Amino acid sequence: MPSMTEAASIASSAATSPMILADDIHKRFGSHEVLKGVSLTLAKGEVIAVIGPSGSGKSTFLRCLNHLETIDAGRIDIEGDTLAANDAQGRARYVADAEVRRICARMGMVFQHFNLFPHLTVLQNVVEAPITVKGIKREAILPKAEELLRKVGLLDKRDAYPSRLSGGQKQRVAIARALAMEPDIMLFDEPTSALDPELTGEVLRTMRQLADEHMTMLVVTHEMGFAREVASRVAFMDGGKLIESQPSAAFFANPQHPRTRAFLESML
Amino acid sequence: MDYILSIIGPLAEGSLVTLKLFFITLALAVPLGLALALVRISRFTVASQAVNGYIWLMRGTPLMLQLLFIYFALPFVPVVGIRLPDFPAAIVAFALNYAAYFAEIFRAGIQSIDRGQYEGAKVLGFSYGQTMRRIVLPQVVKRILPPMSNETITLVKDTSLIYVLALNDLLRAARGIVQRDFTITPFVVAAAFYLLMTLVLTWFFQRLEKRHAVYD
Repeated sequence: MPSMTEAASIASSAATSPMILADDIHKRFGSHEVLKGVSLTLAKGEVIAVIGPSGSGKSTFLRCLNHLETIDAGRIDIEGDTLAANDAQGRARYVADAEVRRICARMGMVFQHFNLFPHLTVLQNVVEAPITVKGIKREAILPKAEELLRKVGLLDKRDAYPSRLSGGQKQRVAIARALAMEPDIMLFDEPTSALDPELTGEVLRTMRQLADEHMTMLVVTHEMGFAREVASRVAFMDGGKLIESQPSAAFFANPQHPRTRAFLESML
Repeated sequence: MDYILSIIGPLAEGSLVTLKLFFITLALAVPLGLALALVRISRFTVASQAVNGYIWLMRGTPLMLQLLFIYFALPFVPVVGIRLPDFPAAIVAFALNYAAYFAEIFRAGIQSIDRGQYEGAKVLGFSYGQTMRRIVLPQVVKRILPPMSNETITLVKDTSLIYVLALNDLLRAARGIVQRDFTITPFVVAAAFYLLMTLVLTWFFQRLEKRHAVYD
């Protein structure tokens, strides 16, 4: 197992830690190795789009960052705090459960299938976590929740149940719900993949708005337009490996790796 | 008609025994069933398997046998041997038996909730307990209403088994009058009582289902 790579050592010595540092992440499901040593750093305010063919491991990688999946080897630091790191045998060890929760609370996540709580109204979906998890009084969180719903353009739907919403509306509620917990980082796992094409625009606009407000974002996506126009950097994954990562303009204008070029051609 | 009115009194008294057993059983078996279900789906293999065995035992033997066992045989069992009066013995047997059935209903309900709900809650910082209490179980309630309605209606009628402990429930009261007066009218009236109880239950569950249908 390789020791800490250059990126990690630079990061740990730097005065300001990156928002996310993932170093040499390995993950297997049974005998199938899904992640074969993926490293990525995400700086504050950066928006990275992770693209790649289906089965390339990009969603798994994202899910490893906030502990929805556990890694087998490698290191994950969130804002300088270690979530998991290799032991002497080269196997990833996680910090204590309470610490894992504390660290992961800094990341909000938006899922492909929204995962809204169907038994709660739109507004209740947004205020549920601040009230239950943070213990904030309902009256205290209400103005902020309404502000968030206004921001995603769904204040008029506040009392509707998710089943009454379109996919695009659901996803915007999911974004508002994640933001209500005031995360430092937002993770998006194919946020528009379950949407009808005409509904992706409204979700992407909301995400662009977030990016304009300098939210740090890691977005697994198939939307090349978003990657090109909104992302500051694009990372291409294939076969469980990060093939290349470049500022988005350079990525599209001058992809370095033949597999990246082949993928981009296939997308056009 | 006068005859019917004259037997309503004793039958109503019998109904009280039936209803008392019904409500106390529910009050005990629902929380116990939920606890069993949570252990059954937990990752503690030994405890989970023990619950599995318990459910097999409770569902695999007749409730009447369990009643008789707890009343007549339990006092002679080493260590746990205690002698229970007839009604408490009936309560214990019914609660233990129904908890097993409820546990399976709850388990099915909990496991029918999409994994995404757990993940959605987890990334928002919910603990397991909070996820269960605030997110999963409220959704489970809606899904288990039809089988719970079934099971509670069965319970109303199963209460008649306590005649084996010589407890005067509705059916035993009716039978007593039948044997005394040589007429089957008390059976018909008893049937009407049971139907009335299940009607109220049916109506109650339909209302609950309607209330939970708002988020469909």
